[in-house]
Amino acid sequence: MEHTKSGPSSWPELADVVPVPQDDGPSPVVSIAYRDDFREVMDYFRALYLTGERSPRALRLTAEAIELNPGNYTVWHFRRLILESLDFDLLEEMKFVEKIAECNPKNYQIWHHKRWLAEKLGPGIANKEHEFTMKILAIDAKNYHAWSHRQWVLQALGGWETELEYCDHLLKEDVFNNSAWNQRYFVITRSPFLGGLAAMRDSEVDYTIEAILANAQNESPWRYLKGLYKGENNLLVEDERISAVCFKVLKNDWTCVFALSLLLDLLCTGLQPSDELRSTLETIRSSHPETADDDPAAAVCCILQKCDPLRVNYWSWFKDTLSQIS
Amino acid sequence: MDPSPQSTPPTGDDPAAAADPDLPRLTVTQVEQMKVEARVGDIYRSLFGAAPNTKSIMLELWRDQHIEYLTPGLRHMGPAFHVLDANRPWLCYWMVHPLALLDEALDDDLENDIIDFLARCQDKDGGYSGGPGQLPHLATTYAAVNTLVTIGSERALSSINRGNLYNFMLQMKDVSGAFRMHDGGEIDVRASYTAISVASLVNILDFKLAKGVGDYIARCQTYEGGIAGEPYAEAHGGYTFCGLAALILLNEAEKVDLPSLIGWVAFRQGVECGFQGRTNKLVDGCYSFWQGAAIAFTQKLITIVDKQLKSSYSCKRPSGEDACSTSSYGCTAKKSSSAVDYAKFGFDFIQQSNQIGPLFHNIALQQYILLCSQVLEGGLRDKPGKNRDHYHSCYCLSGLAVSQYSAMTDTGSCPLPQHVLGPYSNLLEPIHPLYNVVLDKYHTAYEFFSEE
Ligand SMILES: [Zn+2]
Repeated sequence: MEHTKSGPSSWPELADVVPVPQDDGPSPVVSIAYRDDFREVMDYFRALYLTGERSPRALRLTAEAIELNPGNYTVWHFRRLILESLDFDLLEEMKFVEKIAECNPKNYQIWHHKRWLAEKLGPGIANKEHEFTMKILAIDAKNYHAWSHRQWVLQALGGWETELEYCDHLLKEDVFNNSAWNQRYFVITRSPFLGGLAAMRDSEVDYTIEAILANAQNESPWRYLKGLYKGENNLLVEDERISAVCFKVLKNDWTCVFALSLLLDLLCTGLQPSDELRSTLETIRSSHPETADDDPAAAVCCILQKCDPLRVNYWSWFKDTLSQIS
Repeated sequence: MDPSPQSTPPTGDDPAAAADPDLPRLTVTQVEQMKVEARVGDIYRSLFGAAPNTKSIMLELWRDQHIEYLTPGLRHMGPAFHVLDANRPWLCYWMVHPLALLDEALDDDLENDIIDFLARCQDKDGGYSGGPGQLPHLATTYAAVNTLVTIGSERALSSINRGNLYNFMLQMKDVSGAFRMHDGGEIDVRASYTAISVASLVNILDFKLAKGVGDYIARCQTYEGGIAGEPYAEAHGGYTFCGLAALILLNEAEKVDLPSLIGWVAFRQGVECGFQGRTNKLVDGCYSFWQGAAIAFTQKLITIVDKQLKSSYSCKRPSGEDACSTSSYGCTAKKSSSAVDYAKFGFDFIQQSNQIGPLFHNIALQQYILLCSQVLEGGLRDKPGKNRDHYHSCYCLSGLAVSQYSAMTDTGSCPLPQHVLGPYSNLLEPIHPLYNVVLDKYHTAYEFFSEE
């Protein structure tokens, strides 16, 4: 059906409908100066919404209302009721919502509607959904809604096979993309094809260390590295690659806050101070005597207080806490 | 967290194309970050170079301008705001709350008209919708109730139909324990927070509403330490606030790993002095509240934090025991009875003094809000180069209030001048940060609803 751009008052199929104005009361507040076309569409929408009419003309009206304001969750909700009763072609509906999403990629309602559709369409739609989120993420690689949708599709409908590759691709493009790191964590812990975190940990540690050494000021891989040993502090300490990367980075730049912070974690969790650690601390201490402390963890806190002034409150508190609980 | 449906189209310039082919290619994240740092750097350099007199003018909170920007919108909004047509209680809250922070009273007629308008948004079966005739929604319910509490009159408070509201909330509860935003709507941490905050504030929170929420939120804590909107999504400032505030209102803060949450939030404050919402994202003034309040909460949770730190560090020397896994000792048995007085948790929390000083840089944060978020013509914004809006005005000022009061260790007193950046007249009204309503308005509502 050709949709004319003229308002619903001129639609023949709505000739019998009496528009219902919004009841804002005698002295309204936050009163929006609606444009005439907006008011007209919403008045007709209200008329059919109130009677609960689930018809093709009501469906068409919801499309108009959504195009004018995709944030109206009531319109979307009513649209779903109509789609269900009309047994409407859901693939057509997917095209509709995707057209809206491309102009409004940060809208809760659109993504929720998409999820509802994908759930009904089932696993056959998984790859198309992944292509769509990929398209959105190509424009904004950190779009939170797109990522949530992608994760939901993976869990509910599948399509895991190439997801790790996709994460790798995004990280090659922008290794600072924390959303891609988060997705990588999701894949290695949840993918049914990879054997879970325990199976992936070893190779992931290497991958992450490489990213850290390429850019030690990138916080994402540092957090990811620690995440690989979440809940298993003892294994974190045992993996010699972890302390090694800290020392390697600190040798080049003893003020690297992420390296110091991870080193501190290691020390608190039981890392035995090695000769390398002692000599690293000794070097720093010689030029900055105020960072001297017999306890290596306390010494690292002192260094952090000095080279991370924005977090001086945090590091002071942490240092005090350490001395109290140990 | 921004519930507005407006989209922000990405800017067109391709940073990679501009880079020198001989230099390592800068990524999109790096280029965008450098642009913001340069802009903020210019502003701070002009502050440090200024004479003391100019300095103090620069650090002033432009109260009159903000009031002038916020007040007219309560009556009339331009045609462009049609995209917020399903968020009108939010518009009320985003204006009424910052005006209350500025201690600017509304005239009685306007207050009564807001009460009448929100009554038109109240569904006959409970909850508040985005506008008259729309479906009730948990987020707009939160905005409506917070607005009414901020107005604070008996007429405002008694206009809330608590019985229906309770039924609406029960209907929004999913089998998992989490809440959905509206009938058939999305389930996320925002929905859980808005439900729990409202229920606690109007004293209808009970075991039936509370059951399972804390476990759902705990599942949303990520490997980074912050809380995501849904399980496995990325740690995010808005959801971290929502999740932690809800847990505290449920007396279940021990269900998340607090040391790692604190570490994550502390690292979200960047060289611009403001907070970013996620790792490697740009600074944004609204996170002054979301992140600032979340980390300020922990100043009263130190007993739990110490306990968790002790347990995670006690397994020095590998033993193969699972003693390291955190948050395993939360006592849930104590809450299985329906006799728990849930409204007390929000009340006790605010009565309790901070156990330690702020864990973020409270002065730096005020500097970002005052110098980078304020707009000369009134209103506040995300960052330099962006336009002001009501949402950012509300949350930048809420964040300013949080940081001004964060160094206090005695609840009953006033902040010391050295903790308020700029002239002392910058001091805003204190808030109850778990609900984000002005503190004395909270107390009025608490009294009112405990007698019901
Ligand atoms: Zn913002």
